[in-house]
Amino acid sequence: MFMSTGERAPSFTGFTLITPAVSVGNVGQLAADLIISTLDMVRVGHFHTDCLIPMAGNNPYSSGEEDAALLSTNAEVYCRGDLQLAVLQIRTPILPTKTKSFRKTLLSWIKTSGFSRTVLLSSCHAHHRDDQQLLTSPLRYLLTPALQGDTEGTLQRLGWREMERVSAFPGVTDSDRQRLYIPGGGVTKALYNSGCSENMSMAVLLLFCSEGDNIPDAFTLVNHLNDWLHLLDKPVQGSVPWRIPSSWRLLFGSGVPPMIF
Amino acid sequence: MATFFGEVLSVYSRAVEEDDYDDAEEENEEDLQIRREIEEKREVHIKWCPEVSKAVESSEKLQCSDLIIAVGPNAAGFVSAYVLSSEGWTQVGWVSLWNERSRGSTRLDTTPLPGEPGCVFYQQKSCPSVLICQCTCYIAEDQLFQWAEKVLGSMQSRGLSVTVLSDSPLAEYKTPHYVNGNAAPFLRALKTSTFTDNLHCPLLEQPNIITGLPAAVLNQCQVQHVPAVLFQCFSDVIHPDSVTMETYKPTLSCLRTQVKLDTSPNMEILQKLTRVNDAHGNLYT
Repeated sequence: MFMSTGERAPSFTGFTLITPAVSVGNVGQLAADLIISTLDMVRVGHFHTDCLIPMAGNNPYSSGEEDAALLSTNAEVYCRGDLQLAVLQIRTPILPTKTKSFRKTLLSWIKTSGFSRTVLLSSCHAHHRDDQQLLTSPLRYLLTPALQGDTEGTLQRLGWREMERVSAFPGVTDSDRQRLYIPGGGVTKALYNSGCSENMSMAVLLLFCSEGDNIPDAFTLVNHLNDWLHLLDKPVQGSVPWRIPSSWRLLFGSGVPPMIF
Repeated sequence: MATFFGEVLSVYSRAVEEDDYDDAEEENEEDLQIRREIEEKREVHIKWCPEVSKAVESSEKLQCSDLIIAVGPNAAGFVSAYVLSSEGWTQVGWVSLWNERSRGSTRLDTTPLPGEPGCVFYQQKSCPSVLICQCTCYIAEDQLFQWAEKVLGSMQSRGLSVTVLSDSPLAEYKTPHYVNGNAAPFLRALKTSTFTDNLHCPLLEQPNIITGLPAAVLNQCQVQHVPAVLFQCFSDVIHPDSVTMETYKPTLSCLRTQVKLDTSPNMEILQKLTRVNDAHGNLYT
């Protein structure tokens, strides 16, 4: 359930929503962090639900002592009115028994808020790629029928590739059953399927990756998204200057004892 | 996984289950029935003693000005040895729940015995609007939200102020500097937006986060606009110990609560709590 932090509930009509699926390597979540941090998005509310594992901390995007004291929770909504952009950041895994309920809550919130389109940032196990997929770029997309049309053309011009359907029984030639297969994608497939059946405008951006230090993967995904949505201007030389949030520090643990050297 | 320095860390996989589970849309009636029964069994219930439940029923919500929740062995031990040891407290209720690690299954309807893991509410005799919840049992991840929602939902949120005391191992604390044992135990605080009092200890620095019951309580308070503060104690002792318990002392004295704190801990209780530290069954004892 969305809980506004201010007195008045913000209006999201016509906004684009970007949200991560909790998936392998947490790439979608890291990419969402980069967007919120770089665009200085303002927190407008909490997504308060029993489907996520509770978590709390101080401001993950603080730039100093002054703005550090801000309680952040497991799912929060950030907003930039001038860009008509909202990001729902999810910071903890979904409880295994509550995935269906989470999907329902999320979809009903998206529908009632009046978002014009939803972009789901997700990832998929790299080791499940087939021979064809191994030879091409690791990025894929999916569009619901409601968003095809113009968007499909735009993405094709950018040279994006759609996520391939795989046959249900590989090697059996006379079976033409093709299915979507997103291992390690968490709720991605289910959300996409619901988006299709409920006639929602949804795009899924996928990256094939493995677990580890997934920061480079997050940059790949967010740069790819930027090619489409133009959130930040691309400099003539070099790459887009994404700002790494302060909460990404100490990824490999605390400082080491100085005496060991 | 072995790190650069050779120590072995137990790293769990962050990869998510393959999504084939969701293909099981066509659950049959029996599956649903089993799922429903498990859910019912895992439900969290709050049991108030007759006097309090009468008050709860008449005004629908419990009038409470200060709620102190102590989670973990050290925080709970501190409350036992410094606060509840004085005569001014009565037990008024408990939280009954069942999960794999808290099998109170046989006695869900009776209060946990002293020393037994559980969540027990105490009320101050001189000032009945002050409540302490001492939580020593394991609460599963799927029960945390429900716990916080039900406990805070049973209380009048206007005028309520929540203090959570909790402990965690020093190894979980992340800092760019090396922390040696001399600095421990120490406190870090986390507060909701509506909490305005001055804090006497530093705020929890990023990238440190809190999980478990303290996080669930803070989340609930944040969305209900209830002022709440969490004091997390980082200690390098595995078992409950008196030095760690003493660290919590300033947390209650500086708050505007009317909780009377014993200046010295009740030795009898302290001894009972820290008995696990004693050497057992080695050659010389």
